[in-house]
Amino acid sequence: MRIASAKQTYAADEALFDSAAQRGWFAVLLLALVLFPFAANQYWAYLACLALINVISATGLNILTGYTGLVSLGQAAFMGVGAYTVAVLEARLGTPFLLNLLAGGALAAAVGMVVGIPSLRVKGLYLAIATIAASIILHFVFANWTAVTKGVSGINVPPARVLGIDLDTPFKLYWVIMPLAVLMLLGAANLFRTRIGRAFIAIRDRDISAEVLGIPLLRTKLMSFALSSFYAGVAGGLWAYFFRVVTPESFPLIMSIFFLAAIIVGGMGTILGAILGAVFMTLVPELLKLGVGLVSPFWPNAAVVLSPVRTVVFGGLIVGFLIFEPQGLAEMWRRTRRFFHLWPFKT
Amino acid sequence: MDFDWLLLFEVSLAGLGTGGLYALTALAFVVIYKATRVVNLAIGEILMLGAYAFFGFAASMALPWWAAALGALAVAGVFGAVVERLVIRPMLGESPISVFMVTVGLGSMLVGVVELIWTADPHRLPEFMPNTPIFIGEAFLAPKIGYGFLVAAVVIAAFVLAFRYWRGGVALRATASDQAAAYSMGINVPGVFSLAWVIACMVAAGAGILVGSIGGISSTMGVFGLSVLVVVIVGGLDSVPGALVGGLFIGLVEALAGSYLGGEFKLLATFTLLVAVLMVRPYGLFGTREIERL
Repeated sequence: MRIASAKQTYAADEALFDSAAQRGWFAVLLLALVLFPFAANQYWAYLACLALINVISATGLNILTGYTGLVSLGQAAFMGVGAYTVAVLEARLGTPFLLNLLAGGALAAAVGMVVGIPSLRVKGLYLAIATIAASIILHFVFANWTAVTKGVSGINVPPARVLGIDLDTPFKLYWVIMPLAVLMLLGAANLFRTRIGRAFIAIRDRDISAEVLGIPLLRTKLMSFALSSFYAGVAGGLWAYFFRVVTPESFPLIMSIFFLAAIIVGGMGTILGAILGAVFMTLVPELLKLGVGLVSPFWPNAAVVLSPVRTVVFGGLIVGFLIFEPQGLAEMWRRTRRFFHLWPFKT
Repeated sequence: MDFDWLLLFEVSLAGLGTGGLYALTALAFVVIYKATRVVNLAIGEILMLGAYAFFGFAASMALPWWAAALGALAVAGVFGAVVERLVIRPMLGESPISVFMVTVGLGSMLVGVVELIWTADPHRLPEFMPNTPIFIGEAFLAPKIGYGFLVAAVVIAAFVLAFRYWRGGVALRATASDQAAAYSMGINVPGVFSLAWVIACMVAAGAGILVGSIGGISSTMGVFGLSVLVVVIVGGLDSVPGALVGGLFIGLVEALAGSYLGGEFKLLATFTLLVAVLMVRPYGLFGTREIERL
């Protein structure tokens, strides 16, 4: 049982990890992340890469929706901007890997800011629908600006090259995606210890009060849009390197809904929530596939119903979590931790 | 310079015909929003449910079309009541994001269930509308769109009258304008919530039957809901006249963009229009402007 953690300075109070035990566990987690690909086969490495990409994008959406309170259904489209930037740079110019990712993030951030401009006048659900408009318009651009995007046939992306090694398997790509994901997550966690991050939260809680307190609304909201789209752009760039082909249909509206669902299931407005939610939502379809594999000897039709069942489970998870556990998986995790902190006095 | 005026006229007619269906579905959306302040993104999927229920009754059980239509409306009504009671009622008062995501989840579940029962392949609804072409002056109008528009117009008219004079309609408007006052006048507000959902789902299902009989049904029919979303945002979320005017207007814009620019411009045109309207009037053309206070 932990009695309490006495804090004597403000710096200690807002530190990311407030005890030696936490730092220890974090080190264990990092070690596990490093050792994971050696223990895993190709399939699990593939899933890990996909989950980490989704974690990055979900964290970006969490900055915008969970922390700033601006609902966006454009996350997939912003990922598309990043993916297309990376694809064009890599396939046409062959610029270095990290530069491409940064350019993808930066361009997505710029587009995100343009999309965010209505956010000062338009609020709540009207804004959500304005972002649907943005994603429809971006989809149109992807499909019809053939000179750059090659239209519906899409762009094939050569594998990323780092230090002369072609990153053409999930196992190799993992070593790029994992450190980037950890870095960006730490960045997001630290963001909310700064003035800007606090300003985001103030806007979420009541934007008019935030303005009265001297937070420039338009600038801060645009900054939130830019940051969130930057995360999406980088995730999209990694996505392009991972799947190696980018088409307009790669980033449908349902993908934006997927990310919104991920942060709801995980828990909005917590860093942990975006991680848990994205990993969980990535693994659920695979679990269903596994289940189909198990029952198919007895019921040969199981593979046919997989896709509809996945759709039902996806919807059911959103509805179920919103009704029964609105704080998401992060809250369940907190409850579990509290149980062990307080054990054996309060269960 | 001989511009084909007849073509323009025909395209506009077809656009207005589709617009009538948009207006009908938008009406269902607005009723739900007015009563419960829920932005129902599942409206397209409820429409699909209605069309599939009709298909099930008419094609699989071989009922006459009017019985099948009644059956589909009943299914949608029961669905609305159950959803309102089990899913929406516990969520009322939560943040708008949550409520809106619940309806997104519901929509996804509906699509999955429909695919489980009827598979994802498109189907054709049995013919039940007269098939003689309609000519207005020289312009040709596809009979299905024409009759669809007529039915939609009748239902909308009935609706507007009910909204104005029927006790339930008055209760609904009272609840929409001030819940606390409605309570204190003895109106059964939760009852009004249920009523709004039942009626809206039935209207959406009716629209679904019409839409399905024009273009066939498939599990991606819910995309229709996306255009309806544009309609209600352009018209104003809580405005019945907005839904009607917006519906016709968006139908017209879509048809014009579709035939003069190409099919891929349809959604682009309407959504660009949506952004333009939002920038000028963030609460829609006819919506109530909300004044925020601290």
